Amino acid sequence: MTEYKGVMVLVESTEGKLANITRELLGCARKLANQLGEELSAAVLGNQVAALAQEVIAYGVDKVSLADNPILEHYSNESYTNIMEVILNQVMPKVLLIGQTAIGRDLAPSLAFRLGTSAITDCIELSINVESGQLLQTKPVYGGNLMATFVSECCPQIATVRPKAYSPMEPNNSKQGKIINIDIKPETAPARTKVVSKVSQSKEGVRLEDAAVVIGGGRGIGSAEGFKQLEELASLLGGAIGATRPPCDNGWIQDAAQIGLTGKIIAPDFYMAIAISGSSQHISGCSGAKNIIAINKDTEANIFNVARFGIIGDWKKVIPTFTEKIRQLLTE
Amino acid sequence: MNIIVCTKQVMDPEAPPARFMVDTATNKLILPTDIPPVIDPYSEYALEAALKLRDKYAGTITAISLGNNLLREVIKKPLSMGADELVLLEDELFADGDSWLTAKILAIAITKIDAYDIILCGRQSADRDAGQVGSGIAEILKLPVITVARKIDIAGGKVLVERVTDDGYETIETTLPTVITVSNEIGEPRYPTIRGIMAAKKKEPTIWKSTDLGIEPSELGVGGFRSHLVKLLKPVYEGKCEIIEGETPEEAASNLAGRLRQEKLL
Repeated sequence: MTEYKGVMVLVESTEGKLANITRELLGCARKLANQLGEELSAAVLGNQVAALAQEVIAYGVDKVSLADNPILEHYSNESYTNIMEVILNQVMPKVLLIGQTAIGRDLAPSLAFRLGTSAITDCIELSINVESGQLLQTKPVYGGNLMATFVSECCPQIATVRPKAYSPMEPNNSKQGKIINIDIKPETAPARTKVVSKVSQSKEGVRLEDAAVVIGGGRGIGSAEGFKQLEELASLLGGAIGATRPPCDNGWIQDAAQIGLTGKIIAPDFYMAIAISGSSQHISGCSGAKNIIAINKDTEANIFNVARFGIIGDWKKVIPTFTEKIRQLLTE
Repeated sequence: MNIIVCTKQVMDPEAPPARFMVDTATNKLILPTDIPPVIDPYSEYALEAALKLRDKYAGTITAISLGNNLLREVIKKPLSMGADELVLLEDELFADGDSWLTAKILAIAITKIDAYDIILCGRQSADRDAGQVGSGIAEILKLPVITVARKIDIAGGKVLVERVTDDGYETIETTLPTVITVSNEIGEPRYPTIRGIMAAKKKEPTIWKSTDLGIEPSELGVGGFRSHLVKLLKPVYEGKCEIIEGETPEEAASNLAGRLRQEKLL
């Protein structure tokens, strides 16, 4: 473990800009690097992403490995695993942090098995045991019913970190760092898989995972029409609409609206959980919300254990009046 | 077409949250004696994907389960749902493995089965929620992997997989053999049929122990792990919910709006 040094972050971008998850990872990684007294590095992969490499330096990165090539334009498990293997063998970081995103959850396990090390996915808390240099990696297990802390036996210790688990870091343009260009060999290119099309299901307006206000509906909403009512309330409050799994499985709302362990992780200021009993799976995805307001018929519903305010009653009777009252209050 | 599906026996994830208790001395889950374990729902989606493929393109489905103390009435469910064969990797040395060891043992067993075109796994398991074993098997067997699939089709020897992304899905084309991990968007797993249940009763699974797979005891257990669980805890939520009352639900709704305004939450 001694020949491995420092902490590395895999950089992700959305529409050419540093992704929120990356700013969160950089904040967390900086603390870990300071605890170890070692360098913070970053890996930037993509096509025409030199500006991104420059940008991460403002977040306190000492060294950036830049793999800039048209074959890295779109994420592919094959090419990213290949190129990250090269970078990790060169930089040899003690810790590698990746976002628990569509890319991270796909890449981290492949990379860990390629390198003969371990990955711990969906971590919500990381700290360093300074004596051993081991990363203590805490994550929800058993569908969010329990929390487990793991340590890895090998390096790099790869962890994927859940969005919103850490606050995003602010840039500081006076920072300096070094960019190392990575040579891309033709065999890096994906040989066996090809992305043939991409479909976006996200609705116009506020992105669910970034929204300050979220209105969520559960199985008890009962229909697509029911969700229309919730949408009315959401748009009134400038918020986004989400759901538990059953409404998505039943087609009442698009799959991308799912909040929970296997869906979106949200941490809004205001989350209204309507006709949601509060399975651990779902609570795992929304417990970061600052204020949870629950509407449920069942006094015993688990959601009341995490809610700040609640009404015990039928949402069909509560929501129309609530929506009207809000409309009045907002126009006053 | 030969399809292998990795299925797992887990504590019922639908059990009430309060029933997930930890033995703090051993950092292990206390398995309740009154709640029978189930086939991991995530692996049931993988099995459903296999059944859909067989319905369309014909073939043989082999379910494979790794563990210890596998209850026959539970672990045979894939057979009652329609799988053709069941292979159990059952050995006390196989208990509580990490992703590394689990993928390794499964890969050795799959190599022993030999005939495979598609290997399907759940996107993760309902116990560790790691989501690594499918990718691990692919890396060990040097196969391509596509994770979190919502649809699988085959055309002209190519596999087309819709993979769930952060804002929708992407379609990925790959060659056979391949590993695919399956998400709930694939569709509800079918119920066992009476015929399936009868057939499952009669069918004896193939059982392989570590010695059958040529794995040394020193490679198993803690010695074979790349990660260790050091602490298992039950999260505590402060149950301090202020219930807003009213003579009628409508009145409660109105009071709630007022209370939220008062707290400057609106």
